[in-house]
Amino acid sequence: MLGSALIVFREVFEAALIVGIVLAATQGVPRRSFWIALGIAGGVFGAGLVAAFAETIAGAAEGFGQEYFNATVMFIAVGMLTWHQVWMSKHGREMAKHMSEVGKSVKDGGQPLYVLAVVVGAAILREGSEAVLFLYGIAASGGDSQAQLIGGGLIGLLGGVVCGAALYLGLLRIPTRQLFAVTGWMIILLAAGMASQGAAFLVQAGVLPALGDQIWNTSSFLAQDSMLGRVMHTLVGYDARPAGIQLVFYGVTLVSIISLSKWIARKQ
Amino acid sequence: MRHAVSSLFAASLAALVLAAPAQADDATFNLTLKDHRFDPQSIEVPAGKKVKLLIKNLDSAAEEFDSDDLHREKVIPAGHEGVVIIGPLKAGTYKFQGEYNPKTASGTIVVK
Repeated sequence: MLGSALIVFREVFEAALIVGIVLAATQGVPRRSFWIALGIAGGVFGAGLVAAFAETIAGAAEGFGQEYFNATVMFIAVGMLTWHQVWMSKHGREMAKHMSEVGKSVKDGGQPLYVLAVVVGAAILREGSEAVLFLYGIAASGGDSQAQLIGGGLIGLLGGVVCGAALYLGLLRIPTRQLFAVTGWMIILLAAGMASQGAAFLVQAGVLPALGDQIWNTSSFLAQDSMLGRVMHTLVGYDARPAGIQLVFYGVTLVSIISLSKWIARKQ
Repeated sequence: MRHAVSSLFAASLAALVLAAPAQADDATFNLTLKDHRFDPQSIEVPAGKKVKLLIKNLDSAAEEFDSDDLHREKVIPAGHEGVVIIGPLKAGTYKFQGEYNPKTASGTIVVK
């Protein structure tokens, strides 16, 4: 029971943290609950679909369909996070100053919330599909311990959601004036980490060169499969043994979002 | 700006084309997964070479081949086989596991 709880927890945890950040980043924006709920529902539905078509996806592109699919999901999320961040660089200051007026700008065609709904959906779809496959495997194989394993899976799901909620509530303790600055940095780092993961999938598919298989190895300092390692992996893209190309994608994403935001802010 | 973006695009396109795709003559190592165990549990592969792992999942449940050491994660549906290309690697021992059954499904790749 504990085993299956842990496995599901690990898959759900990453997506839950991302939802927590997105919730904090949209604090006070009207109708955000609707869009984020839509993102979650879409992600869960998508995860089921991906799990159902796992064989088709795995068999596509000469056996590398999964890698291309995962990389695509990652890069879509990176694109959406970039868009959000650039938008915030334009409107974030007013948002923090006059929370009540944000409603107006959103109604006037301001912050496109579906952008963040897509991010939430992408995160849940990718991580969730693995949890669904795991639970489906248990359900299909039967056995006496089936109910226990599924119970464990539900505990793991709940545990992941609690972590996401804790991150959200923790972020809300930050004064409003600084909240968007903090969530802004978190989103930039999240995007850079996702770009690095996307690159890793393309290396796995054999279409990108690794540019050095292991630039450094800090697994004895902070193992990536440890709890803290996983948190850092999700939040800032920590990798104990990154390939060179991952660092390139990380750096390029980081610099692109920051300079694009600065450029847009200056143009005003 | 537009020029910079388009040259960046061209550069990444070139990188995609130039990147050596999986070659047919890479040495292949077979692994099977049965009763949530890998067989063999340890494989010895040459250092500095790309090698192909062909993993056959004979179980009735999907498994995710997962290795932080190798940077690889791949779901292998029940009754299917998956290809994971690794390397070129430095000498050393690299751990891998089945993410869904880590207690039984684990193994190592020894690079010499």
